[in-house]
Order: sequence, then structure tokens, then C-alpha cells
Amino acid sequence: MATYTMKEAKPAPSTSKGLLFWLRENLFSDIKNSLLTLVGLYFLYTIIPPLLNWMIFDATWSGTKDEVVKEGARWIFIVEKFDQFIYGFYPESLHWRPNLVALICIAFLLSMKFVKNINIKIALILLFPVVCFVLISGGGFGLEVVETEKWGGLMLTVLVAAVGIIASFPIGIILALGRQSHMPIVKTLCVGFIEFVRGVPLITILFMASVVLPLFFSDGIDFDKLLRALIGITLFQAAYIAEVVRGGLQAIPRGQYEASESLGLSYWQGMILVILPQALKISIPNLVGSFISLFKDTTLVLIIGLFDILAMVTLTNSDTNWLGYEVEGYVFVTMIYWVICFTMSQYSKSIERKFNTEH
Amino acid sequence: MNNSQLPPSANGFLNNPQNRAVIFQVLALMFVVFLAFYFANNMFDNVEKRGITTGFSFLDDVAGFGISQTLIEYDDAGSTYYDVFIVGLLNTLLVSIIGIFFASVLGLLIGVGRLSSNYLISRLSLVYIETFRNIPILLQILFWYNVVLAALPSPRKSFSYLDSVFLNNRGLLLPEPIFESGSSAILIALILAITGVFFLARWSKKRHDLTGEEFPLIKVSIALVLLAPVLVYFISGQPISAEYPHLKGFNFKGGLTIIPELLALMFALSIYTATYIAEAVRAGIEAVPNGQKEAAKSLGLKDHVILTKVVLPQALRVIIPPVINQYLNLVKNSSLATAIGYPEIVTLFSGTTLNQVGQAIEIILMTMAVYLTFSIVISLMLNWVNAKMAIKGR
Repeated sequence: MATYTMKEAKPAPSTSKGLLFWLRENLFSDIKNSLLTLVGLYFLYTIIPPLLNWMIFDATWSGTKDEVVKEGARWIFIVEKFDQFIYGFYPESLHWRPNLVALICIAFLLSMKFVKNINIKIALILLFPVVCFVLISGGGFGLEVVETEKWGGLMLTVLVAAVGIIASFPIGIILALGRQSHMPIVKTLCVGFIEFVRGVPLITILFMASVVLPLFFSDGIDFDKLLRALIGITLFQAAYIAEVVRGGLQAIPRGQYEASESLGLSYWQGMILVILPQALKISIPNLVGSFISLFKDTTLVLIIGLFDILAMVTLTNSDTNWLGYEVEGYVFVTMIYWVICFTMSQYSKSIERKFNTEH
Repeated sequence: MNNSQLPPSANGFLNNPQNRAVIFQVLALMFVVFLAFYFANNMFDNVEKRGITTGFSFLDDVAGFGISQTLIEYDDAGSTYYDVFIVGLLNTLLVSIIGIFFASVLGLLIGVGRLSSNYLISRLSLVYIETFRNIPILLQILFWYNVVLAALPSPRKSFSYLDSVFLNNRGLLLPEPIFESGSSAILIALILAITGVFFLARWSKKRHDLTGEEFPLIKVSIALVLLAPVLVYFISGQPISAEYPHLKGFNFKGGLTIIPELLALMFALSIYTATYIAEAVRAGIEAVPNGQKEAAKSLGLKDHVILTKVVLPQALRVIIPPVINQYLNLVKNSSLATAIGYPEIVTLFSGTTLNQVGQAIEIILMTMAVYLTFSIVISLMLNWVNAKMAIKGR
């Protein structure tokens, strides 16, 4: 009887595994690809080393500005003006108040995740903006009043974005429901508002809010500049939220609407208990996308004379002791925006992946 | 249903959904009308109190300020606010069209690069997209204008290319074409060539439908559109010449100047919008199922036929709507030019004119009307494209 012995398996040929194989497969698979790779490498070579040198190796991190000897970025400017970039002209002795608000925000977000009792949740949601507002603007509870003209920097940027997001949300949902409703007049009004706002640039709405809005009210009512900007941004954002929520509403199968009706729920009960929870859940990625654009759009308030973090670049450079540091200023602000926007967009992508159960 | 068995309250007028709808709508309408009336009333009061004139008669007044870039005849002393409006409108159009062109080219390249089998290229494209779309457009505009372009040398030390193109802190200087008599023939030739291509396309499609024979339409069209004007140019005795910019004293004379504001805006708008277009292109190409390509391959089609006849027609259906939306966004974002003083409609009209005239309501409404018109035109275009590209049911 013939005996068969198992032959030892040969290792895979060296040309089909390992680093070299990966390189050949992904970078040098043919002549065209090799050329592209070389062009790409050359591009990286011209960009990366000078950039790293400028930002890190040749940069000046500490000392005074007269001691700068190196060619690279002079980050001492940012160190020197850091408080202005973050708080604007908010009085230095009161910086603890915005800091406390930041802590409260974190605590609030955590409590939303862990508190299960709905009544406590609602109470917290209602209490949170009031506490933040009182802490920042002062007045009452023995806190010194800080006028809105002194608010600025990253604090103002985040504040404008947060108010825009929170205030526009309910308006946007109502507009979306109005647009989906069967009542012709309500529908026309909502469609008219949404399409009008989406058709014009934010800057014209901000101009409208800052120049025309005061004319709409009798003389007794006075808006300060920040409030006008907030009204403009909220109305603008509401139209975009409305479109996102409408997308979610349309994705809900008709059966859900019919089921909620056959359970005898009224329109509002059906919407709040059945339709909206599902519609909002599937719109979360798009809502986050819309929040990212809003966060980027908050830079526009500098055009109507508010001092957000971007406006601080020009402002800090008008200090006669610190002239000509625009590059460092812009790069610093760019990094802040980039980190925040990129984090939000990765978050939205991760949610999208979590919800995506298709295969 | 027997109504008498229901509790009396359920029979009431208010419980009829139709009645409720009517009442609710009447209330909503009344609220809006009341609000509008209240605002209008206050507005007229305030306008009267502050002594602001109303109406559009200010459009005929002489504006009396200089504008750094005008596409039509404009002089500081005689031109009216109406001229200012037109100048701003044209400048908005100019920067939008240039921006749309470069954003499309860049976006297409990056989007295709994103899908490249070359690891390095696809990573670089990804880095490009993630970098530039997460930085506010206004920040990018200001960066280009205040940092990059401000660092350019003075006219005497400008960067030059072949002694005809110059780049300095006054802008980009190009040779300006001078049209002499007879150059209209070239334009006519171009128009004729384009009309010819249009009819050629219809004819070749019809022939393809009837006989299945292919006609090399794209090659012939490009040749026709390029060759016809060039041929006429030489036949009519080269009526177009160029005027080169030359250094005179401290500045350049002659030639075509692209002001730095326009350059900064162009760079920022095209780089920013290109990231969104690239994502749309990538999503569109990825949306074509692999089975389509495999099926085409198993039919024995060549690679370029698969691309032009199978992949692209299906991908374009997904790509075009979001890209057109991005074009609209680019037009709206061009309004940020006001931050660097590029003379477009918001800068000139909602800025300078508003400061001089003070009629905020009319001026801002006119500016908004311009953008609304743009967005209506673009969404009509989008609807037309969608109808054209919709999958025809059989």
C-alpha cells in the first residue's frame, strides 16, 4: 500500500506578501501609478518639512518678542494674547465665570446621559440656559454685570453657535411639520419662509437683522448688537434644520402615521410619541452636519462688528507692540476650528455607521 | 356610524378635523398678517421719525465713489447707484463663474483621486478634503488675502513669467487681447461652430438610435469648436493682438489686471467648494454597483467604453444634483467678499451704498432679490436636469 506523506507547505512567494508586496500592489502597480506616487512623494517632500520646521522645530515658544531669533512661528504671540483669543474683552478678574459655564456644560451633557427621570431631565434642560446666561452676563445674585460688547473670542463663537443650535431646533421642527402638513395656508407660509431663507446668503440676513430689525419695533424696544445677530442666525439655522427634519419625516413609512392614528392618538400625540422620535433619530447625522456648517458660519458675525475668535486675529494685531503676527493668529484660529469641526464630523460618521444596518 | 351613541362633546363643531384645520389656518394667517402689519406700522413710524426717504428714486442719484473693478463703463463723477448695482451684480457673476469653473476641475480631480488604486494619491485626496472643508470659508478668504497675497512683492520686484505675466501685490497682470476690426468674424465663426455641434449631436444620436453606428462626436466637436475660430483668425489677417503689461515708474501700465481681492476669493471659493464636489463625485462613482462593471466586462466591452457608456451615465445621475447645489452655495458664499472689499453686490450695495443713502430696507431687499433670483434659476436648472436624467420607466 502506498503511503502518502503530507508535503510541507511552502511559504508564500516573497513577491506576494510583506511590505514590498504591499508597496508594489498599492503604490507601484504599473508605470502610471509609479509616476503618480513619485509626484505625490515629491509634493509631500516640498510641503511637509518646511511646514514642520516652521510650526515646531524653528518656532519660538517662550520668552519675550525681542528675544525671537529663529525663523519659524512666533507662538509667544499666541501665549501672550491667549486670554483675548478665548475671552475677548471679558474682564480678567471674572474669567472664572465663563470657565464655570464650560464646566456646567460638561456636567449638563453628562447628566443628560445618566439621569433617567424625565421630570428631572426637563427641569435641567429648562434651568441650564438660565444659569449659563446669568453666570456670563451677570446682574442678580451679586454678580457684576458684563456688557455684551465685552464678550468675545472663542467664548462668543461657542455661545453664538450654541444659542443658534438650541433656539433653532424647536422652530425648525415646527417649520418641518408645517411644511409636511395638509393645511394649504400653513404649508405655504412654511415653504415660503424656508425657501426664502435658504435662497439668500447668511450675510444678507445678518445685515437685515442688524440694520432693518430695529426699524420693525417701536422705539422703546432696544436690541443690542449680539441679540440681533443671534436672532438672524437662529432664523437662518431654523430653515436648514427644517429641511433636515423634513428628510427624516419623509423617511418614516406611512404605516407609522396610520398606526399612530388608528391608536386614537391626536396629531400632536402621534407626532411627539411616534413619528418625531424616529424621524429625529435618523436625521442625527444630517443634523450634526448642519451644526458643523452653523459653527463655521458663526465667523460671519465679525462682518457686522462682533468680536468672535476670527475677529480677534485682526484685533490683537492692531496692538502697536504686536504688529505683523497675522500668520500665527490665523494658523491658531484655523487649528481650533479644524479640531472642533473635524471631531463633530467624525462623530456624525460614527453615528451613521451605527445606524446603518444594511449589508 | 350612529352619532347619538357618542358623548355629546365628540359631536361638537370643534371636533371635526376639517373645521379644526380651517380654524387653525385662519388663526395662523391672522397671526402672520398681524405681525406684518405691526412691523410695517413701526417701520413707517421709524422711517418718518429719522427722516429717511423711501422708494427707489435713489437709484437715479449720482453715486460718486470709485470702484476698483468694473466690467461696464463706470465713472466716479457721473454714474448712478443703478450703475453701482449692475457693476456689483456683474462682479458677483464674474467671481461665481470663475469659482465654479476651478472648483469643478479641482473637485473632479480630487474626487477621482480619492478612488484611485494608488494608496498615496487616495490618502492625499482624503487629507485635502478633510482639511479644507473643516475650515470656515471666511477664514480661508481672509488667510489668502491678508497672509498669502499680502506677502507678494511690490511691482518692481514682481514675479514674472516670459515677461508677459506678472504677479505682485497689486494683483496678477496678464496680456490683454486687443480686438481690431474684423475680429467679429471670429466670434461669428465660434457661434456657427457651436450651433453646428448642436445639430451634429442631434443627428448622431438619431443615427445611433436608428442604425446603432457610433459617431466620434466629442472629438469632432472639439476639433470644430477649436479649429473654426482659429482658421477664421488666420484668414481674416490676425485681427487680434495682445497688449503686454509693462513697468512704468512704480506700477504697471497696460494689460489686464486681476485684483488681489478677486484672486483671494477665487482661491478660497474654489478650494473650499472643491472638497464638496469631490465628495459628490466619489459618492456618485461608488454608487454604481460593481455588477454593472462586471456585466459590461463580460459582454466584452473595452475599458473606455465601460467608462463612457456604463459607469458615467449612471454615476452622473447621482453626481449632478449635489454638485449644482454646491454651485449655488458658491454663489452665496461669494457674498463673503465683503470682508476683504472685493466690489461685488453685497460690498457695493449693502455696504457702501447703504452707508451713503441710508435706505436699509430697499437696499437689503434688492440684494436679497438678486440672490433669490440666482437660487431660483439654479433650482429650475436642477429640476430640468433631474427630469432629463430620470430613469425612464418602460
